[in-house]
Amino acid sequence: MEVLLYTILTLCALGVLSAVILYFVAQKFRVEEDPRIDQVEKMLPGANCGGCGFAGCRGMADALVKNDDISALFCPVGGGDCMKAVASYLGKTAAEKGPQVATVRCGGTCEMRPRTNEYNGARSCAVASSLYVGETGCAFGCLGLGDCVVACAFGAIAVNPATGLAEVDPAKCTACGACVKACPKGIIELRKKWPKDRAVYVSCVSRDKGAVVMKACKVGCIGCGKCEKVCAFGAITVENNLAFIDSEKCKLCRKCVNECPTGAIRLVGMEPLPREPKVAPAAGAKPAGVAAPAPEAPKAE
Amino acid sequence: MKTFPIGGVHPSENKLSCGKAIEVLPLPDVVAIPLAQHIGAPAVAKVAKGDKVLTGQLIAEAGSFMSANIHSPVSGTVTAVDLVPNGQGIRQMMITIKREGDEWAEGIDRSETLVRECSLPASEIVAKIKDAGIVGMGGATFPTHVKLSVPPGKKAEALIINGVECEPYLTSDHRTMLEHGEELLVGVTILMKALDVKSAYVGIENNKPDAIAHLRKLAAQYPGVEIVPLTVKYPQGGEKQLIAAIMGRQVPPPPALPIDVGAVVCNASTTYAVYRAVQKNMPLIERVVTITGKGLKEPKNLLARMGTPIETLIAAAGGLPEDAGKVINGGPMMGRAMVNLASPVTKGCSGITVMSGRDAVRREASQCIKCAKCVAACPMGLEPYLLSKMTQKKGWETLEAQMITSCIECGCCQSTCPAYLPLLDWIRLGKQTVMGIIRQRAAAAAPKK
Amino acid sequence: MANKLLVAPSPHVQTSQSTARIMRDVVIALVPALIISTVFFGWSVLCVTALSVASCVVFEYLIQRFLVGGKSTVGNWSAVVTGVLLAFNLPASIPWWIVVIGAFVAIAIAKMTFGGLGKNPFNPALVGRVFLLIAYPVQMTSFPAPVNEAFDAWSGATPLAAVKHGAAAGMFDVQDLLLGNMPGSLGEVAALALLVGFAYLLWRRVITWHIPVTILATMAVFAFVVALSRGAGEAALWQFPLFHILAGGAMLGAIFMATDYSTSPMTVRGGVIFAVGIGLITMCIRLWGAYPEGMSFAILIMNSTVPLINKYVKPKRFGVK
Repeated sequence: MEVLLYTILTLCALGVLSAVILYFVAQKFRVEEDPRIDQVEKMLPGANCGGCGFAGCRGMADALVKNDDISALFCPVGGGDCMKAVASYLGKTAAEKGPQVATVRCGGTCEMRPRTNEYNGARSCAVASSLYVGETGCAFGCLGLGDCVVACAFGAIAVNPATGLAEVDPAKCTACGACVKACPKGIIELRKKWPKDRAVYVSCVSRDKGAVVMKACKVGCIGCGKCEKVCAFGAITVENNLAFIDSEKCKLCRKCVNECPTGAIRLVGMEPLPREPKVAPAAGAKPAGVAAPAPEAPKAE
Repeated sequence: MKTFPIGGVHPSENKLSCGKAIEVLPLPDVVAIPLAQHIGAPAVAKVAKGDKVLTGQLIAEAGSFMSANIHSPVSGTVTAVDLVPNGQGIRQMMITIKREGDEWAEGIDRSETLVRECSLPASEIVAKIKDAGIVGMGGATFPTHVKLSVPPGKKAEALIINGVECEPYLTSDHRTMLEHGEELLVGVTILMKALDVKSAYVGIENNKPDAIAHLRKLAAQYPGVEIVPLTVKYPQGGEKQLIAAIMGRQVPPPPALPIDVGAVVCNASTTYAVYRAVQKNMPLIERVVTITGKGLKEPKNLLARMGTPIETLIAAAGGLPEDAGKVINGGPMMGRAMVNLASPVTKGCSGITVMSGRDAVRREASQCIKCAKCVAACPMGLEPYLLSKMTQKKGWETLEAQMITSCIECGCCQSTCPAYLPLLDWIRLGKQTVMGIIRQRAAAAAPKK
Repeated sequence: MANKLLVAPSPHVQTSQSTARIMRDVVIALVPALIISTVFFGWSVLCVTALSVASCVVFEYLIQRFLVGGKSTVGNWSAVVTGVLLAFNLPASIPWWIVVIGAFVAIAIAKMTFGGLGKNPFNPALVGRVFLLIAYPVQMTSFPAPVNEAFDAWSGATPLAAVKHGAAAGMFDVQDLLLGNMPGSLGEVAALALLVGFAYLLWRRVITWHIPVTILATMAVFAFVVALSRGAGEAALWQFPLFHILAGGAMLGAIFMATDYSTSPMTVRGGVIFAVGIGLITMCIRLWGAYPEGMSFAILIMNSTVPLINKYVKPKRFGVK
């Protein structure tokens, strides 16, 4: 009985002593922090994805509280609503930015872009792309080894084994931009997100000349410039043998889609415009299906 | 027997073509000459489409000090100066020439007579080497004139000739030492004069006793030249390993260079090319290429003009076997796998190794068992397992602290891994990234104009 | 060109020494000791070993299949090695169900919870053994005497236990210690057979000599110093160290347990530090601790220092003074 008593007493005394020590240590090392940082952090999504440019939400919250001008800061995951809420809490004005979605700009599926060799190294796009051209003749296209998949914290991107291409699930994508940074080929772009995931974009980033593109891939952009001419909104530019559609200027009029001789311009979530009588009517929603080699010769230079 | 102090492995040597005398390959009909076939700035083309060129004529000029001249390997008409896919399928600027006959530019001595005396001063020797466009022919393709221009404040103490050829399969240096030993030794004396050093060592791995004996006999007439047999251990021919083996000095980690320990290393074939350039005015337009592999009908050593399509060389060795799984530009330890066999022979192409499908497929990787074999094998004293893991975790600071930039990419770690992990694949990526970060930091720290 | 060419970064050669081959070599290296043990202790040795191996393999397979997922790792033979080593640490007379419990602790708790081969911080077989030693002390320390019953004087107690209780180290014949003609765990008794296994492992380049030799040397030197300080006579001065490196689990631990890849340091220098630690702790436990044998505890304690050693003991870098 006595032993029990001593044990209990000793342990109690030890506990009290430790508590006292810890109290003083905590006092000594206390860091004064703006309590609003905690509040703002709670308002942020808490994904710690790094899409804002900070290592985590805490860093973003810190910057939001400390900077007077927060127009340069934006949380892509929380979006405009979250930023508005934070701004009103802090009494500052937030940046206005529409929702975006990551877009993989390569249509070189296994059928469209034949494999010429077999990659046998470490499963990493970065390793493969610093080694050689890739499994196909196209030095710009998706390697399909999934660096973007590893980078995505939301499980929104996956490599489709049937096509060998990375595919984004728009419902899960938060436009944090991690995949954009991870892709060594610079294929992924954050584009304006339309309702019902509609989109029109050039599904190719090849800067090779037309003849070279045609040899490597059936749906590559040859830089012929037809789309640029037909666009009424000045949304399309052709540079280095490659067309680019500015998603902020594009109105989804779809004229360029029918104009493209190779089917490199992709249309998602919408019916294509009816073709003019002289051209056979297109079937199916995906213009990739009408990728019959164009009669027009590719524009040289 | 001398050897390097840390790590190393011993892959099967497979020197299938070591007994085959060098054969001259018939001239190719079309050649493609990349403007960037050396370390440093690409050369600048001096010819345009339609120009007629002679064999040995300058067709592209060094783009800067750290660059090299390029000469036409054949006579004929320039058909294009354009982007052409290289061995890895990446499009590079190349000069394409259609051959017509074999007319040589003036002033080139094509005879076989040995010219032993060289009365030129050091500066003129270096100038001749620079004009001839000579670069390291062991694979690194470092411009030789840059090596010979010792920066002020530093002093070369010894010249080391790299006749190690530690890569499995390759025999081009071995054959050059056997068949052109005398010229090679004259080349050594020329390089000694250019560097103003009194001693030169020719390091040869002990699996080439014929070359050691041959050069030893000849070297008696060349004071200051010593033939040093070395243990057969990969990567004995690595520049830093070779200096450590022969001189007992270790080159500090980058950015230190061999000259910081008083050494200049030059490959055996390069030394022969130096002899030809200085004594015969012969630019670097041809080289010995080993075509080898277990599936090949006739592995051999071919003297080929630069720009010859590699498939022509393979055809000369009996053609690509049915079961060919991998064609490697270089040896199996450090060579680069090719996708485009129409790509040309370049200055750094010492061999083509064809691997059969079964040997070529990597075995399935499993998990790291921490056996530490990679640590024991690393000739630079690094920890490959850690570097590979940290690259995958993007721990760039850790990688820099763990000296990833010292990695010489020899492949010892990966070839010895019992779990068959792609260690070097990752380490190479980590090294590139860390070196990029270091360059960026240096650029940011440099005073702004 | 019928097939597509393969492309991978260099190097393009791989060793033929796979993980499975290494593990198989370890099993082969343990066979001589198993044979000697069977000769001295009878068929129960083989039964215990077979049961231990089977349980380890089955537990690993089941855990991989139903809990961890992914490809089965049974094919890499590491569970077999654990099974044999665990059996080697048990007395031949052990009840079967204790073997199964030991295998479960070794594989399920010490190995698979950490992620399997290469990730376990502690030697699985030793964790199993130490668990059993604490949970079932009676069964784990009643050793059958060798079958030929020549040594009634200390039958039932291991030489180390006998020494602990006052016997002189000199009373044991070195020849018996080498051959394993004494009570003890299955695999630890025959020092000579274990040394044959050691030679095989060195020849096959599975392990290097550094860790085993350093452990045994540390123990010998320590024992020698202790004998010296106790004022031992000339004969005892060399008998005492020799006894300590031959008796008990010293050989088995030094050659097969301390050299376990994932629980030993990555560098030679680290390995030497690790080995000196094992040698010292073993001798301290043997001489002054509560247990007659300290090898298992010493290895487990030093296992816990391995991450620290790996962090601070780096290989000799090329070109760095």
